[in-house]
Amino acid sequence: MKTPLLHNPNAIKIIAPALVGLFLLLVWQVLCIAWKVPIYLVPKPSDIAMTLWNDGPGLLRALGVTLKITVLAFLVAVVLGVIAAFLFVQNRIVETSLFPYAILLQVTPVVAIAPLIIIWVKNPTIALVFCATLVALFPIISNTVLGLRSVSPGLLNLFRLNGATRWQTLMRLRIPSALPYFFGGLRISSGLALIGAVVAEFVAGTGGTGAGLAYEILQAGFQLNIPRLFAALVLISLTGILLFTLMAWLAKASISQWHESEMS
Amino acid sequence: MLMKYSEIEEDFASLTTDANTVLFANRVEKTYPNGTRALDEVRLRIQRSDFVSLLGPSGCGKSTLLKMFAGLEAPSHGHVRWLGTDSPRKSGLKIAMVFQEATLMPWANVATNVRLPLDLAGTPKADSAPRVQRALEAVGLGKFGASYPRELSGGMQMRASIARALVTEPDVLLMDEPFGALDEFTRNRLDADLRALWAQRNARSDGSDTKQLAIVFVTHSIYEAVYLSSRVVMMAARPGRMVADLRIPDPVRDDDFRLSMAFTEHCRDLSARLLAASGGEFEHDEGARR
Ligand SMILES: Nc1ncnc2c1ncn2[C@@H]1O[C@H](COP(=O)(O)OP(=O)(O)OP(=O)(O)O)[C@@H](O)[C@H]1O
Ligand SMILES: [Mg+2]
Repeated sequence: MKTPLLHNPNAIKIIAPALVGLFLLLVWQVLCIAWKVPIYLVPKPSDIAMTLWNDGPGLLRALGVTLKITVLAFLVAVVLGVIAAFLFVQNRIVETSLFPYAILLQVTPVVAIAPLIIIWVKNPTIALVFCATLVALFPIISNTVLGLRSVSPGLLNLFRLNGATRWQTLMRLRIPSALPYFFGGLRISSGLALIGAVVAEFVAGTGGTGAGLAYEILQAGFQLNIPRLFAALVLISLTGILLFTLMAWLAKASISQWHESEMS
Repeated sequence: MLMKYSEIEEDFASLTTDANTVLFANRVEKTYPNGTRALDEVRLRIQRSDFVSLLGPSGCGKSTLLKMFAGLEAPSHGHVRWLGTDSPRKSGLKIAMVFQEATLMPWANVATNVRLPLDLAGTPKADSAPRVQRALEAVGLGKFGASYPRELSGGMQMRASIARALVTEPDVLLMDEPFGALDEFTRNRLDADLRALWAQRNARSDGSDTKQLAIVFVTHSIYEAVYLSSRVVMMAARPGRMVADLRIPDPVRDDDFRLSMAFTEHCRDLSARLLAASGGEFEHDEGARR
Protein backbone atom coordinates (compact mmCIF):
# COMPACT_ATOMS: atom_id res chain seq x y z
CA MET A 1 0.00 0.00 0.00
CA LYS A 2 1.47 3.34 -1.08
CA THR A 3 -0.55 5.66 1.13
CA PRO A 4 -1.38 4.24 4.54
CA LEU A 5 -4.71 5.47 5.84
CA LEU A 6 -3.10 7.79 8.37
CA HIS A 7 -1.11 9.57 5.67
CA ASN A 8 -4.11 10.23 3.50
CA PRO A 9 -5.29 13.75 4.43
CA ASN A 10 -8.84 13.07 3.28
CA ALA A 11 -9.17 10.00 5.46
CA ILE A 12 -7.71 11.86 8.44
CA LYS A 13 -10.34 14.57 8.04
CA ILE A 14 -12.99 11.95 8.84
CA ILE A 15 -11.11 9.57 11.09
CA ALA A 16 -9.66 12.15 13.49
CA PRO A 17 -12.93 13.81 14.54
CA ALA A 18 -14.66 10.41 14.64
CA LEU A 19 -12.05 9.12 17.08
CA VAL A 20 -12.47 12.20 19.28
CA GLY A 21 -16.24 11.67 19.22
CA LEU A 22 -15.93 7.99 20.12
CA PHE A 23 -13.58 8.80 22.96
CA LEU A 24 -15.93 11.42 24.40
CA LEU A 25 -18.88 9.01 24.15
CA LEU A 26 -16.82 6.39 25.95
CA VAL A 27 -15.94 8.81 28.75
CA TRP A 28 -19.59 9.78 29.03
CA GLN A 29 -20.67 6.14 29.21
CA VAL A 30 -18.05 5.25 31.82
CA LEU A 31 -18.80 8.28 33.99
CA CYS A 32 -22.55 7.58 33.90
CA ILE A 33 -21.96 4.00 35.03
CA ALA A 34 -19.31 4.91 37.61
CA TRP A 35 -21.41 7.65 39.25
CA LYS A 36 -24.69 5.77 38.77
CA VAL A 37 -26.36 8.79 37.13
CA PRO A 38 -30.11 8.17 36.89
CA ILE A 39 -31.43 7.84 33.35
CA TYR A 40 -33.95 10.70 33.81
CA LEU A 41 -31.07 13.13 34.43
CA VAL A 42 -28.40 12.11 31.97
CA PRO A 43 -28.90 8.97 29.92
CA LYS A 44 -25.93 6.87 28.87
CA PRO A 45 -24.96 7.00 25.18
CA SER A 46 -26.07 3.36 24.96
CA ASP A 47 -29.54 4.32 26.24
CA ILE A 48 -29.76 7.04 23.59
CA ALA A 49 -28.65 4.64 20.91
CA MET A 50 -31.30 2.14 22.06
CA THR A 51 -34.00 4.81 21.93
CA LEU A 52 -32.83 5.90 18.49
CA TRP A 53 -33.16 2.31 17.35
CA ASN A 54 -36.51 1.59 19.00
CA ASP A 55 -38.23 4.93 18.37
CA GLY A 56 -36.47 5.32 15.03
CA PRO A 57 -39.50 5.39 12.72
CA GLY A 58 -41.39 7.94 14.80
CA LEU A 59 -38.39 10.17 15.26
CA LEU A 60 -37.46 9.97 11.59
CA ARG A 61 -40.98 10.98 10.62
CA ALA A 62 -40.63 14.00 12.91
CA LEU A 63 -37.24 14.72 11.40
CA GLY A 64 -38.81 14.61 7.95
CA VAL A 65 -41.30 17.30 8.98
CA THR A 66 -38.58 19.56 10.36
CA LEU A 67 -36.32 18.91 7.40
CA LYS A 68 -39.09 19.80 4.97
CA ILE A 69 -39.57 23.16 6.67
CA THR A 70 -35.82 23.73 6.83
CA VAL A 71 -35.24 22.99 3.17
CA LEU A 72 -38.24 25.03 2.01
CA ALA A 73 -37.17 27.97 4.15
CA PHE A 74 -33.60 27.71 2.95
CA LEU A 75 -34.61 27.66 -0.70
CA VAL A 76 -36.96 30.59 -0.27
CA ALA A 77 -34.23 32.48 1.60
CA VAL A 78 -31.71 31.82 -1.17
CA VAL A 79 -34.07 32.97 -3.90
CA LEU A 80 -35.32 36.05 -2.04
CA GLY A 81 -31.86 36.89 -0.71
CA VAL A 82 -30.23 36.75 -4.12
CA ILE A 83 -33.01 38.83 -5.69
CA ALA A 84 -32.71 41.40 -2.90
CA ALA A 85 -28.93 41.50 -3.28
CA PHE A 86 -29.19 42.11 -7.02
CA LEU A 87 -31.67 44.92 -6.43
CA PHE A 88 -29.39 46.45 -3.83
CA VAL A 89 -26.33 46.59 -6.04
CA GLN A 90 -28.22 47.99 -9.03
CA ASN A 91 -28.92 51.22 -7.28
CA ARG A 92 -27.51 53.06 -4.27
CA ILE A 93 -30.88 54.62 -3.46
CA VAL A 94 -32.59 51.24 -3.41
CA GLU A 95 -29.90 49.95 -1.10
CA THR A 96 -29.86 52.87 1.30
CA SER A 97 -33.65 52.86 1.57
CA LEU A 98 -34.05 49.10 2.04
CA PHE A 99 -30.92 47.94 3.84
CA PRO A 100 -32.02 49.15 7.30
CA TYR A 101 -35.06 46.90 6.97
CA ALA A 102 -32.90 43.95 6.08
CA ILE A 103 -31.00 44.61 9.30
CA LEU A 104 -34.29 44.93 11.17
CA LEU A 105 -35.15 41.47 9.87
CA GLN A 106 -31.89 40.19 11.22
CA VAL A 107 -32.10 41.66 14.72
CA THR A 108 -35.73 40.78 15.41
CA PRO A 109 -35.82 37.52 17.37
CA VAL A 110 -38.08 34.96 15.69
CA VAL A 111 -39.31 33.74 19.03
CA ALA A 112 -40.82 37.16 19.53
CA ILE A 113 -42.70 37.36 16.25
CA ALA A 114 -43.40 33.69 15.59
CA PRO A 115 -46.62 33.66 17.67
CA LEU A 116 -47.96 36.57 15.62
CA ILE A 117 -47.08 34.90 12.35
CA ILE A 118 -48.67 31.65 13.48
CA ILE A 119 -51.84 33.53 14.33
CA TRP A 120 -51.87 35.46 11.06
CA VAL A 121 -50.99 32.66 8.68
CA LYS A 122 -53.59 29.91 8.62
CA ASN A 123 -51.48 27.17 7.07
CA PRO A 124 -49.05 26.00 9.78
CA THR A 125 -46.41 24.76 7.31
CA ILE A 126 -46.34 28.12 5.57
CA ALA A 127 -46.18 29.91 8.92
CA LEU A 128 -43.21 27.82 10.04
CA VAL A 129 -41.44 28.22 6.70
CA PHE A 130 -42.00 31.95 6.92
CA CYS A 131 -40.39 32.12 10.38
CA ALA A 132 -37.40 30.01 9.39
CA THR A 133 -36.93 32.07 6.22
CA LEU A 134 -36.75 35.25 8.27
CA VAL A 135 -33.85 33.76 10.21
CA ALA A 136 -31.99 32.43 7.18
CA LEU A 137 -32.42 35.41 4.86
CA PHE A 138 -29.97 38.01 6.09
CA PRO A 139 -26.65 36.19 5.63
CA ILE A 140 -27.56 35.49 2.01
CA ILE A 141 -28.41 39.13 1.33
CA SER A 142 -25.40 40.62 3.06
CA ASN A 143 -22.88 38.13 1.71
CA THR A 144 -24.16 38.34 -1.85
CA VAL A 145 -24.20 42.14 -1.75
CA LEU A 146 -20.66 42.14 -0.41
CA GLY A 147 -19.61 39.73 -3.14
CA LEU A 148 -21.26 41.63 -5.97
CA ARG A 149 -19.56 44.79 -4.74
CA SER A 150 -16.13 43.32 -4.16
CA VAL A 151 -15.14 43.38 -7.80
CA SER A 152 -11.53 44.23 -8.57
CA PRO A 153 -11.49 47.86 -9.76
CA GLY A 154 -8.86 46.96 -12.35
CA LEU A 155 -11.13 44.34 -13.93
CA LEU A 156 -14.03 46.77 -13.82
CA ASN A 157 -11.93 49.29 -15.76
CA LEU A 158 -10.96 46.60 -18.22
CA PHE A 159 -14.61 45.77 -18.84
CA ARG A 160 -15.46 49.44 -19.27
CA LEU A 161 -12.57 49.98 -21.66
CA ASN A 162 -13.84 47.13 -23.81
CA GLY A 163 -17.31 48.59 -23.91
CA ALA A 164 -18.96 45.84 -21.85
CA THR A 165 -22.68 46.22 -21.32
CA ARG A 166 -24.19 46.19 -17.83
CA TRP A 167 -25.42 42.67 -18.48
CA GLN A 168 -22.01 41.41 -19.62
CA THR A 169 -20.36 42.96 -16.58
CA LEU A 170 -22.91 41.30 -14.33
CA MET A 171 -22.65 37.86 -15.89
CA ARG A 172 -18.94 37.72 -16.56
CA LEU A 173 -17.56 39.75 -13.70
CA ARG A 174 -19.87 40.49 -10.80
CA ILE A 175 -21.43 37.05 -10.42
CA PRO A 176 -18.16 35.08 -10.58
CA SER A 177 -16.55 37.53 -8.13
CA ALA A 178 -19.51 37.11 -5.79
CA LEU A 179 -19.55 33.29 -5.78
CA PRO A 180 -17.13 32.69 -2.88
CA TYR A 181 -19.06 35.15 -0.71
CA PHE A 182 -22.36 33.65 -1.79
CA PHE A 183 -21.24 30.17 -0.77
CA GLY A 184 -20.13 31.53 2.59
CA GLY A 185 -23.65 32.90 2.97
CA LEU A 186 -25.15 29.52 2.05
CA ARG A 187 -23.13 27.79 4.72
CA ILE A 188 -24.27 30.12 7.48
CA SER A 189 -27.81 30.26 6.20
CA SER A 190 -28.38 26.51 5.94
CA GLY A 191 -27.65 26.12 9.65
CA LEU A 192 -29.81 29.11 10.51
CA ALA A 193 -32.73 27.69 8.51
CA LEU A 194 -32.62 24.57 10.66
CA ILE A 195 -32.43 26.59 13.87
CA GLY A 196 -35.25 28.80 12.62
CA ALA A 197 -37.42 25.79 11.83
CA VAL A 198 -36.87 24.23 15.26
CA VAL A 199 -37.45 27.49 17.12
CA ALA A 200 -40.63 28.17 15.16
CA GLU A 201 -41.88 24.66 15.90
CA PHE A 202 -41.22 25.21 19.58
CA VAL A 203 -43.33 28.33 19.55
CA ALA A 204 -46.06 26.70 17.50
CA GLY A 205 -46.13 23.87 20.02
CA THR A 206 -48.48 21.04 19.31
CA GLY A 207 -50.70 22.98 16.93
CA GLY A 208 -50.50 22.12 13.28
CA THR A 209 -50.33 19.16 11.03
CA GLY A 210 -47.33 16.93 11.33
CA ALA A 211 -45.25 17.27 14.45
CA GLY A 212 -41.58 18.05 13.97
CA LEU A 213 -38.57 17.26 16.10
CA ALA A 214 -39.12 20.28 18.34
CA TYR A 215 -42.52 18.88 19.21
CA GLU A 216 -40.90 15.52 20.02
CA ILE A 217 -38.45 17.30 22.33
CA LEU A 218 -41.25 19.17 24.09
CA GLN A 219 -43.28 15.96 24.52
CA ALA A 220 -40.29 13.99 25.75
CA GLY A 221 -39.55 16.77 28.24
CA PHE A 222 -43.08 16.70 29.65
CA GLN A 223 -42.95 12.92 29.99
CA LEU A 224 -39.43 13.00 31.44
CA ASN A 225 -38.45 10.67 28.61
CA ILE A 226 -34.92 12.02 28.61
CA PRO A 227 -33.34 9.41 26.31
CA ARG A 228 -35.91 10.26 23.66
CA LEU A 229 -35.17 13.95 24.14
CA PHE A 230 -31.49 13.28 23.62
CA ALA A 231 -32.21 11.11 20.61
CA ALA A 232 -34.14 13.96 19.00
CA LEU A 233 -31.28 16.32 19.80
CA VAL A 234 -28.81 13.95 18.17
CA LEU A 235 -30.93 13.89 15.02
CA ILE A 236 -31.07 17.69 14.89
CA SER A 237 -27.30 17.98 15.29
CA LEU A 238 -26.65 15.35 12.66
CA THR A 239 -28.97 17.15 10.26
CA GLY A 240 -27.16 20.42 10.87
CA ILE A 241 -23.80 18.82 10.22
CA LEU A 242 -25.13 17.18 7.09
CA LEU A 243 -26.46 20.48 5.74
CA PHE A 244 -23.16 22.20 6.45
CA THR A 245 -21.19 19.45 4.76
CA LEU A 246 -23.48 19.59 1.76
CA MET A 247 -22.92 23.33 1.39
CA ALA A 248 -19.17 22.94 1.81
CA TRP A 249 -19.16 20.27 -0.86
CA LEU A 250 -21.20 22.46 -3.18
CA ALA A 251 -18.76 25.32 -2.74
CA LYS A 252 -15.83 23.04 -3.33
CA ALA A 253 -17.37 21.56 -6.45
CA SER A 254 -18.03 24.97 -7.96
CA ILE A 255 -15.07 27.17 -7.09
CA SER A 256 -12.22 25.01 -5.84
CA GLN A 257 -10.49 25.38 -9.17
CA TRP A 258 -9.67 29.01 -8.63
CA HIS A 259 -10.51 30.21 -5.14
CA GLU A 260 -7.95 29.84 -2.36
CA SER A 261 -10.57 29.27 0.33
CA GLU A 262 -11.67 26.00 -1.25
CA MET A 263 -8.31 24.54 -2.17
CA SER A 264 -7.13 21.70 -0.01
CA MET B 1 -18.13 81.24 -22.22
CA LEU B 2 -15.30 83.15 -23.81
CA MET B 3 -12.17 81.42 -25.01
CA LYS B 4 -8.75 82.87 -25.43
CA TYR B 5 -7.70 83.17 -29.05
CA SER B 6 -4.98 80.57 -28.60
CA GLU B 7 -7.52 78.11 -27.21
CA ILE B 8 -9.84 78.58 -30.14
CA GLU B 9 -6.93 78.07 -32.47
CA GLU B 10 -5.83 74.95 -30.67
CA ASP B 11 -9.40 73.67 -30.58
CA PHE B 12 -9.71 74.24 -34.29
CA ALA B 13 -6.43 72.49 -34.88
CA SER B 14 -7.66 69.47 -32.98
CA LEU B 15 -10.90 69.28 -34.89
CA THR B 16 -9.42 69.55 -38.33
CA THR B 17 -8.87 66.04 -39.47
CA ASP B 18 -5.26 65.39 -38.80
CA ALA B 19 -5.33 61.71 -39.61
CA ASN B 20 -1.98 61.19 -37.98
CA THR B 21 -2.89 62.36 -34.51
CA VAL B 22 -4.60 59.50 -32.74
CA LEU B 23 -4.68 60.99 -29.26
CA PHE B 24 -4.65 64.62 -28.31
CA ALA B 25 -4.84 66.01 -24.80
CA ASN B 26 -5.51 69.73 -25.02
CA ARG B 27 -4.87 71.89 -21.92
CA VAL B 28 -6.10 69.07 -19.79
CA GLU B 29 -6.54 69.59 -16.07
CA LYS B 30 -7.70 67.10 -13.51
CA THR B 31 -8.73 67.89 -9.99
CA TYR B 32 -10.00 64.91 -8.03
CA PRO B 33 -13.06 65.39 -5.80
CA ASN B 34 -10.81 65.47 -2.74
CA GLY B 35 -9.01 68.53 -4.13
CA THR B 36 -5.85 66.82 -5.41
CA ARG B 37 -4.62 68.53 -8.57
CA ALA B 38 -3.37 65.55 -10.52
CA LEU B 39 -2.79 67.32 -13.84
CA ASP B 40 -2.30 70.93 -14.82
CA GLU B 41 -2.50 72.27 -18.40
CA VAL B 42 -1.20 69.15 -20.06
CA ARG B 43 -0.99 69.22 -23.83
CA LEU B 44 0.17 66.07 -25.54
CA ARG B 45 -0.21 64.81 -29.07
CA ILE B 46 0.28 61.14 -29.89
CA GLN B 47 0.88 60.20 -33.54
CA ARG B 48 -0.16 57.01 -35.26
CA SER B 49 3.05 55.08 -34.91
CA ASP B 50 4.52 56.83 -31.87
CA PHE B 51 6.16 55.01 -29.03
CA VAL B 52 5.88 57.56 -26.24
CA SER B 53 7.12 57.02 -22.71
CA LEU B 54 5.66 59.04 -19.86
CA LEU B 55 8.43 59.44 -17.33
CA GLY B 56 8.12 61.11 -13.97
CA PRO B 57 8.13 60.74 -10.20
CA SER B 58 5.38 59.02 -8.29
CA GLY B 59 2.17 61.00 -8.08
CA CYS B 60 2.77 63.27 -11.08
CA GLY B 61 -0.39 62.09 -12.80
CA LYS B 62 0.92 59.55 -15.28
CA SER B 63 -1.80 56.99 -14.53
CA THR B 64 -4.41 59.73 -14.54
CA LEU B 65 -3.37 60.88 -18.00
CA LEU B 66 -3.33 57.30 -19.27
CA LYS B 67 -6.83 56.66 -17.90
CA MET B 68 -8.03 59.77 -19.70
CA PHE B 69 -6.60 58.48 -22.97
CA ALA B 70 -8.46 55.23 -22.28
CA GLY B 71 -11.68 57.18 -21.72
CA LEU B 72 -11.93 55.89 -18.16
CA GLU B 73 -11.54 59.30 -16.54
CA ALA B 74 -12.85 62.67 -17.70
CA PRO B 75 -10.76 65.86 -17.48
CA SER B 76 -11.98 68.65 -15.20
CA HIS B 77 -10.87 71.22 -17.78
CA GLY B 78 -9.70 71.03 -21.34
CA HIS B 79 -10.44 68.03 -23.48
CA VAL B 80 -9.12 64.83 -24.95
CA ARG B 81 -9.61 64.01 -28.62
CA TRP B 82 -9.49 60.62 -30.27
CA LEU B 83 -8.83 61.06 -33.99
CA GLY B 84 -10.47 64.46 -33.61
CA THR B 85 -13.64 63.05 -32.02
CA ASP B 86 -14.69 63.46 -28.43
CA SER B 87 -14.99 59.78 -27.47
CA PRO B 88 -12.96 56.66 -28.16
CA ARG B 89 -16.06 54.95 -29.49
CA LYS B 90 -16.83 57.61 -32.09
CA SER B 91 -13.26 57.57 -33.34
CA GLY B 92 -13.43 53.86 -34.08
CA LEU B 93 -9.99 53.48 -32.54
CA LYS B 94 -9.23 50.21 -30.88
CA ILE B 95 -7.66 51.08 -27.57
CA ALA B 96 -6.16 48.46 -25.28
CA MET B 97 -4.68 49.01 -21.87
CA VAL B 98 -2.27 47.04 -19.73
CA PHE B 99 -2.62 47.89 -16.08
CA GLN B 100 0.07 47.96 -13.43
CA GLU B 101 -1.23 44.65 -12.08
CA ALA B 102 -2.07 41.74 -14.35
CA THR B 103 -5.82 42.03 -13.48
CA LEU B 104 -6.69 38.56 -14.76
CA MET B 105 -9.96 36.88 -13.85
CA PRO B 106 -8.92 34.15 -11.37
CA TRP B 107 -11.89 31.95 -12.24
CA ALA B 108 -11.03 31.72 -15.94
CA ASN B 109 -8.07 30.05 -17.59
CA VAL B 110 -5.48 32.04 -19.50
CA ALA B 111 -7.08 31.51 -22.91
CA THR B 112 -10.46 32.67 -21.65
CA ASN B 113 -8.85 35.69 -20.04
CA VAL B 114 -7.10 36.62 -23.25
CA ARG B 115 -10.30 36.06 -25.24
CA LEU B 116 -12.30 38.45 -23.05
CA PRO B 117 -12.08 41.58 -25.27
CA LEU B 118 -13.21 39.49 -28.26
CA ASP B 119 -16.03 37.88 -26.27
CA LEU B 120 -17.25 41.28 -25.09
CA ALA B 121 -17.27 42.47 -28.68
CA GLY B 122 -19.31 39.43 -29.70
CA THR B 123 -16.68 37.78 -31.89
CA PRO B 124 -17.67 34.17 -32.70
CA LYS B 125 -15.59 31.50 -30.92
CA ALA B 126 -14.40 30.04 -34.21
CA ASP B 127 -12.82 33.36 -35.18
CA SER B 128 -11.41 34.17 -31.79
CA ALA B 129 -9.69 30.87 -31.03
CA PRO B 130 -6.83 31.25 -33.56
CA ARG B 131 -6.38 34.92 -32.64
CA VAL B 132 -6.09 34.03 -28.96
CA GLN B 133 -3.51 31.39 -29.78
CA ARG B 134 -1.51 33.85 -31.88
CA ALA B 135 -1.57 36.45 -29.11
CA LEU B 136 -0.45 33.85 -26.58
CA GLU B 137 2.38 32.75 -28.81
CA ALA B 138 3.45 36.36 -29.34
CA VAL B 139 4.15 36.65 -25.60
CA GLY B 140 5.60 33.14 -25.29
CA LEU B 141 2.63 31.57 -23.52
CA GLY B 142 1.52 29.34 -26.38
CA LYS B 143 1.37 26.26 -24.16
CA PHE B 144 -0.35 27.87 -21.19
CA GLY B 145 -3.81 28.58 -22.54
CA ALA B 146 -5.42 26.00 -20.27
CA SER B 147 -3.57 27.09 -17.12
CA TYR B 148 -5.20 29.18 -14.44
CA PRO B 149 -3.68 32.54 -13.48
CA ARG B 150 -2.64 31.28 -10.05
CA GLU B 151 -0.53 28.61 -11.71
CA LEU B 152 1.60 31.25 -13.49
CA SER B 153 4.49 33.30 -12.18
CA GLY B 154 4.11 37.06 -11.86
CA GLY B 155 5.96 37.65 -15.10
CA MET B 156 3.84 35.11 -16.95
CA GLN B 157 0.66 36.71 -15.59
CA MET B 158 1.86 40.06 -16.89
CA ARG B 159 2.53 38.51 -20.28
CA ALA B 160 -0.97 37.02 -20.32
CA SER B 161 -2.29 40.48 -19.60
CA ILE B 162 -0.26 41.85 -22.54
CA ALA B 163 -1.60 39.07 -24.78
CA ARG B 164 -5.11 40.15 -23.79
CA ALA B 165 -4.27 43.68 -24.88
CA LEU B 166 -2.77 42.50 -28.19
CA VAL B 167 -5.56 40.12 -29.14
CA THR B 168 -7.78 42.86 -30.56
CA GLU B 169 -4.89 44.16 -32.72
CA PRO B 170 -5.30 47.62 -31.18
CA ASP B 171 -4.38 50.92 -32.79
CA VAL B 172 -3.38 52.33 -29.42
CA LEU B 173 -1.77 50.43 -26.58
CA LEU B 174 -1.70 52.15 -23.21
CA MET B 175 0.65 50.56 -20.69
CA ASP B 176 0.84 51.64 -17.06
CA GLU B 177 4.18 50.52 -15.62
CA PRO B 178 3.53 47.03 -16.93
CA PHE B 179 6.91 45.66 -15.91
CA GLY B 180 7.33 47.61 -12.70
CA ALA B 181 6.98 44.56 -10.47
CA LEU B 182 9.29 42.28 -12.45
CA ASP B 183 12.95 41.38 -12.00
CA GLU B 184 15.47 43.04 -14.27
CA PHE B 185 16.12 40.03 -16.52
CA THR B 186 12.47 39.46 -17.28
CA ARG B 187 11.92 43.15 -17.63
CA ASN B 188 14.72 43.59 -20.17
CA ARG B 189 13.46 40.67 -22.18
CA LEU B 190 9.88 41.87 -22.20
CA ASP B 191 11.10 45.37 -23.12
CA ALA B 192 12.96 43.92 -26.11
CA ASP B 193 9.91 41.89 -27.13
CA LEU B 194 7.64 44.90 -26.85
CA ARG B 195 9.93 47.07 -28.93
CA ALA B 196 10.19 44.35 -31.58
CA LEU B 197 6.43 43.96 -31.66
CA TRP B 198 5.95 47.69 -32.11
CA ALA B 199 8.60 47.85 -34.86
CA GLN B 200 7.01 44.91 -36.64
CA ARG B 201 3.50 46.38 -36.54
CA ASN B 202 4.71 49.69 -37.91
CA ALA B 203 7.01 48.26 -40.57
CA ARG B 204 4.42 45.92 -42.04
CA SER B 205 2.06 48.65 -43.09
CA ASP B 206 3.28 49.65 -46.51
CA GLY B 207 0.84 52.23 -47.70
CA SER B 208 -2.22 51.33 -45.65
CA ASP B 209 -1.76 52.89 -42.22
CA THR B 210 -4.63 51.11 -40.51
CA LYS B 211 -2.42 48.51 -38.90
CA GLN B 212 -0.07 51.00 -37.26
CA LEU B 213 0.37 50.80 -33.53
CA ALA B 214 0.88 53.71 -31.16
CA ILE B 215 2.12 52.92 -27.66
CA VAL B 216 1.95 55.15 -24.60
CA PHE B 217 4.13 53.61 -21.95
CA VAL B 218 4.30 54.79 -18.34
CA THR B 219 7.51 54.11 -16.46
CA HIS B 220 9.69 55.27 -13.58
CA SER B 221 12.84 54.05 -15.25
CA ILE B 222 14.92 56.37 -17.39
CA TYR B 223 16.73 53.39 -18.94
CA GLU B 224 13.52 51.69 -19.91
CA ALA B 225 12.16 54.90 -21.41
CA VAL B 226 15.28 55.50 -23.48
CA TYR B 227 15.54 51.91 -24.62
CA LEU B 228 11.91 51.62 -25.68
CA SER B 229 10.55 54.82 -26.99
CA SER B 230 10.84 57.17 -29.89
CA ARG B 231 9.69 60.03 -27.64
CA VAL B 232 10.05 60.59 -23.91
CA VAL B 233 7.62 62.92 -22.21
CA MET B 234 8.83 64.02 -18.82
CA MET B 235 6.45 65.08 -16.09
CA ALA B 236 6.81 66.70 -12.68
CA ALA B 237 4.54 66.50 -9.66
CA ARG B 238 2.42 68.85 -7.56
CA PRO B 239 0.69 69.76 -9.70
CA GLY B 240 1.32 67.11 -12.33
CA ARG B 241 2.56 68.78 -15.50
CA MET B 242 4.76 68.19 -18.53
CA VAL B 243 8.28 69.52 -18.33
CA ALA B 244 9.97 68.11 -21.43
CA ASP B 245 9.26 66.24 -24.65
CA LEU B 246 12.33 64.66 -26.21
CA ARG B 247 12.94 62.53 -29.26
CA ILE B 248 15.12 59.44 -29.13
CA PRO B 249 15.95 59.08 -32.81
CA ASP B 250 18.12 55.94 -32.80
CA PRO B 251 16.37 53.38 -35.03
CA VAL B 252 17.97 50.16 -33.81
CA ARG B 253 17.20 48.97 -30.28
CA ASP B 254 19.10 45.86 -29.32
CA ASP B 255 21.40 44.80 -26.52
CA ASP B 256 24.22 46.79 -28.13
CA PHE B 257 22.11 49.92 -27.93
CA ARG B 258 21.91 49.51 -24.14
CA LEU B 259 25.73 49.64 -24.05
CA SER B 260 26.21 52.40 -26.61
CA MET B 261 27.42 55.94 -25.99
CA ALA B 262 24.21 57.31 -27.44
CA PHE B 263 22.17 55.41 -24.87
CA THR B 264 24.28 56.75 -22.02
CA GLU B 265 24.05 60.27 -23.40
CA HIS B 266 20.27 60.13 -23.58
CA CYS B 267 20.02 58.79 -20.06
CA ARG B 268 22.36 61.45 -18.70
CA ASP B 269 20.44 64.17 -20.50
CA LEU B 270 17.11 62.90 -19.14
CA SER B 271 18.27 62.55 -15.57
CA ALA B 272 19.79 66.04 -15.66
CA ARG B 273 16.49 67.44 -16.86
CA LEU B 274 14.54 65.43 -14.33
CA LEU B 275 16.76 66.81 -11.58
CA ALA B 276 16.39 70.35 -12.91
CA ALA B 277 12.63 69.93 -13.08
CA SER B 278 12.33 68.70 -9.51
CA GLY B 279 14.85 71.32 -8.31
CA GLY B 280 12.90 74.04 -10.05
CA GLU B 281 9.76 72.82 -8.43
CA PHE B 282 11.44 72.95 -5.03
CA GLU B 283 12.53 76.57 -5.51
CA HIS B 284 9.11 77.39 -6.79
CA ASP B 285 7.51 75.93 -3.68
CA GLU B 286 9.91 77.84 -1.44
CA GLY B 287 9.13 81.06 -3.28
CA ALA B 288 5.42 80.50 -2.95
CA ARG B 289 5.71 79.95 0.77
CA ARG B 290 7.63 83.14 1.47
N1 LIG C 1 -9.20 58.47 -7.41
C1 LIG C 1 -8.41 59.45 -6.88
N2 LIG C 1 -8.91 60.29 -5.95
C2 LIG C 1 -8.14 61.26 -5.44
N3 LIG C 1 -6.87 61.49 -5.77
C3 LIG C 1 -6.31 60.68 -6.68
C4 LIG C 1 -7.05 59.61 -7.28
N4 LIG C 1 -6.24 58.98 -8.15
C5 LIG C 1 -5.05 59.61 -8.07
N5 LIG C 1 -5.09 60.64 -7.20
C6 LIG C 1 -4.01 61.58 -6.90
O1 LIG C 1 -3.61 62.18 -8.10
C7 LIG C 1 -2.21 62.29 -8.17
C8 LIG C 1 -1.70 61.61 -9.42
O2 LIG C 1 -2.00 60.22 -9.33
P1 LIG C 1 -1.53 59.17 -10.41
O3 LIG C 1 -2.00 57.84 -9.98
O4 LIG C 1 -1.96 59.64 -11.76
O5 LIG C 1 0.05 59.29 -10.28
P2 LIG C 1 1.18 58.46 -11.01
O6 LIG C 1 2.03 59.43 -11.72
O7 LIG C 1 0.57 57.36 -11.82
O8 LIG C 1 1.98 57.86 -9.78
P3 LIG C 1 2.72 56.44 -9.66
O9 LIG C 1 3.96 56.55 -10.45
O10 LIG C 1 2.99 56.33 -8.20
O11 LIG C 1 1.78 55.39 -10.17
C9 LIG C 1 -1.66 61.70 -6.88
O12 LIG C 1 -1.33 62.75 -6.02
C10 LIG C 1 -2.80 60.89 -6.33
O13 LIG C 1 -2.78 60.96 -4.94
MG1 LIG D 1 0.49 55.18 -11.62
